[in-house]
Amino acid sequence: MICTLSKPAQQKLLEGYVGFANLPNQVYRKSVKRGFEFTLMVVGESGLGKSTLINSLFLTDLYSPEYPGPSHRIKKTVQVEQSKVLVKEGGVQLLLTIVDTPGFGDAVDNSNCWQPVIDYIDSKFEDYLNSESRVNRRQMPDNRVHCCLYFIAPSGHGLKPLDIEFMKRLHEKVNIIPLIAKADTMTPEECQQFKKQIMREITEHKIKIYEFPETDDEEENKIVKKIKDRLPLAVVGSNTIIVVNEKRVRGRQYPWGVAEVENGEHCDFTILRNMLIRTHMQDLKDVTNNVHYENYRSRKLAAVTYNGADNNKNKGAMTKFDTSDGMSPLAQMEEERRDHVAKMKKMEMEMEQVFEMKVKEKIQKLKDSEQELQRRHEQMKKNLEAQHKELEEKRRQHEEEKNSWEAQQRVLEQQKLDSSRTLEKNKKKKIF
Amino acid sequence: MAATEIARQAGEGARAVPLAGHVGFDSMPDQLVNKSVNHGFCFNILCVGETGLGKSTLMDTLFNTKFEGEPTQHNQPGVQLKSNTYELQESNVRLKLTVVNTVGFGDQINKEDSYKSIVEFIDTQFEAYLQEELKIKRTLHSYHDTRIHACLYFIAPTGHSLKSLDLVTMKKLDSKVNIIPIIAKSDAISKSELTKFKIKITSELVSNGVQIYQFPTDDETVAEINSTMNGHLPFAVVGSTEEVKIGNKMVKARQYPWGTVQVENENHCDFVKLREMLIRVNMEDLREQTHTRHYELYRRCKLEEMGFKDTDPDCKPFSLQETYEAKRNEFMGELQKKEEEMRQMFVQRVKEKEAELKEAEKELHEKFDRLKKLHQDEKKKLEDKKKSLDDELNGFKQKKTAAELLQSQAQQAGGSTTLKRDKERKN
Repeated sequence: MICTLSKPAQQKLLEGYVGFANLPNQVYRKSVKRGFEFTLMVVGESGLGKSTLINSLFLTDLYSPEYPGPSHRIKKTVQVEQSKVLVKEGGVQLLLTIVDTPGFGDAVDNSNCWQPVIDYIDSKFEDYLNSESRVNRRQMPDNRVHCCLYFIAPSGHGLKPLDIEFMKRLHEKVNIIPLIAKADTMTPEECQQFKKQIMREITEHKIKIYEFPETDDEEENKIVKKIKDRLPLAVVGSNTIIVVNEKRVRGRQYPWGVAEVENGEHCDFTILRNMLIRTHMQDLKDVTNNVHYENYRSRKLAAVTYNGADNNKNKGAMTKFDTSDGMSPLAQMEEERRDHVAKMKKMEMEMEQVFEMKVKEKIQKLKDSEQELQRRHEQMKKNLEAQHKELEEKRRQHEEEKNSWEAQQRVLEQQKLDSSRTLEKNKKKKIF
Repeated sequence: MAATEIARQAGEGARAVPLAGHVGFDSMPDQLVNKSVNHGFCFNILCVGETGLGKSTLMDTLFNTKFEGEPTQHNQPGVQLKSNTYELQESNVRLKLTVVNTVGFGDQINKEDSYKSIVEFIDTQFEAYLQEELKIKRTLHSYHDTRIHACLYFIAPTGHSLKSLDLVTMKKLDSKVNIIPIIAKSDAISKSELTKFKIKITSELVSNGVQIYQFPTDDETVAEINSTMNGHLPFAVVGSTEEVKIGNKMVKARQYPWGTVQVENENHCDFVKLREMLIRVNMEDLREQTHTRHYELYRRCKLEEMGFKDTDPDCKPFSLQETYEAKRNEFMGELQKKEEEMRQMFVQRVKEKEAELKEAEKELHEKFDRLKKLHQDEKKKLEDKKKSLDDELNGFKQKKTAAELLQSQAQQAGGSTTLKRDKERKN
């Protein structure tokens, strides 16, 4: 890369006003222009006052005669239904989706009644994952479930097996906020006991309910601590307005008094509303996006790629502080490609080597045999030459011998001739 | 209030309901802002321009601080990008600012490839983000975004028109980054020349199809000021970190014998406009445009290049899984094929070499067969010679023997004849 890598960031002091302190305002402006969305799921048996609570929370008739709530519909199996409403306040527009689960826990056999809920949540994650994974991405609507209010029946004793089962199966998919419904059926002491028991059981079963984040602000932390001590929140909801002490309040009228919804001494409704809507709505969305969705996504993608050790190591859910590095499937393929290229190179080199070696061997052998043959040929030649020489010598000797003998013979012949001539002469003499 | 994007998206699916009281979700923007402030902001500026146009000085002036760096020489062999990251804080807002400088831009004799390293740098940042986004386990929330949010393109104050290098570079960059062209060292141009210069530059940009960044006019709160500012582009700026006393204030200025150019005087130059637009009003929009437009374009091109595509352009979401699987199978198949090819090639070579060697061997044997034959001939000749010599020897021997026999016979006869004669004589 042609760029020099940056060193770690250095602190610089500004000698005058620059203006980026205005960034938060810019962010504010843009967010208002975009608008907000929030999906809230309510789960619990029929008759626990879920719809009433929603209406109380949002000060509206979400469920009205034209749009009847789930309680007015009788279901045989667990359904998951959503209603979308657009509400506006102080220039801020909110698209609110309320997801209801009518029929939950109402059957005689409630095994798997949580399955439709899980399926719904997963399908919303899947939609988001798919739209995030498109090549052509547009504005992605966020329909993921940001918060699940789980209604616990005010038995006063403890959690029901269904409660535990449900929360255990969903605590890693969605932010669960357990609520004690119809809290006006318990005295404060009974309520305290009940809450303690529930928290004990939640800890015992290692259920992870939504946790309020720590902040740097001391004051805020004190408030957060106070809320934590009152978990799970015991709530009361009401659609009716009653006049109490010349004040119009939402409440439930009993012969013995009025249980006020927004009275902190009567129930924890205000705490819930403040926490859910006024202070932690954004955090609920962030946790859904950064933790629950990422969990879903990494599990889903890990199933696609056949990465061995890495993904199998971390099959469990990620916590907020998990920083282990996974690899994108594309990067994985790249790495595999690189590995393969290296492997091929190595293989090629090895094959080359073996090839060269074998060739060398063969050539050497050929050379050797050539030399051998040459040698033998030389040898034979020498042999022949030696024989030639010998023969020559013999011939020479023979010639010599022959010559000398022939010479001898000639002398003898001469002698013979001489003697015979003499004889002849004598013979002739004698005749006379 | 105008419909929000969310409302438009929801369309018919949602009904508007009135609220009977104060619910409290109007604090959502504040909640969001608080989180952003806690998390800190990040902004990356790229300064492109020839050496000596005052890029570093302008950065120092804009951010009221002294950043790194010594002035560069003109003898760089190629264009390099140097990036530095700084942590700045103003009231409770923390900003991680990265300033990237092009070193050696415009200094070479052949400037054909000058833009390449810049484009490569920008793409590398996009690639890094894309890789992070595609990871199985990713931490986008805490990822340090290095993508370039704004590119300040420094135009030399010639007063005439854009250089061809400028046009070429800006054309290559306009689909990758938000370009904000500025006229550097504009205190060298008179006011009338400046107006003409700006008009010329704008018309050249338009006629060459260069898309520079337009300040957004869709948000009523800032629409007016943004559209006015759009008309002042390109900004003619002067940078200075030196202070001069004007009246009873110390202001940033450049002092000449004929007067003092005050950086923050809007009559003298557009520095204040630049600062307003870049930092105070549109910083967030620049980041957003980078993410939703330039980065998406890069991502789309990259994925298409790799063979991904949406199964259905509009409705059906494409299954990431299936595509990955298909890609992967294809990929594995390719690898297998390559391996096979290489093996085959080797087998071929081996065969060829074997044939070669066999040929050589054959030749050798033939050679030696010939030699052998020669040798045989020689031997035969020798044999013949030997035989003839032996014959001769035998013949000679016979002759000798015969001659000797004759001689001895003759001697004997001669002896007997002499004897006879002697006998006769005696008689």
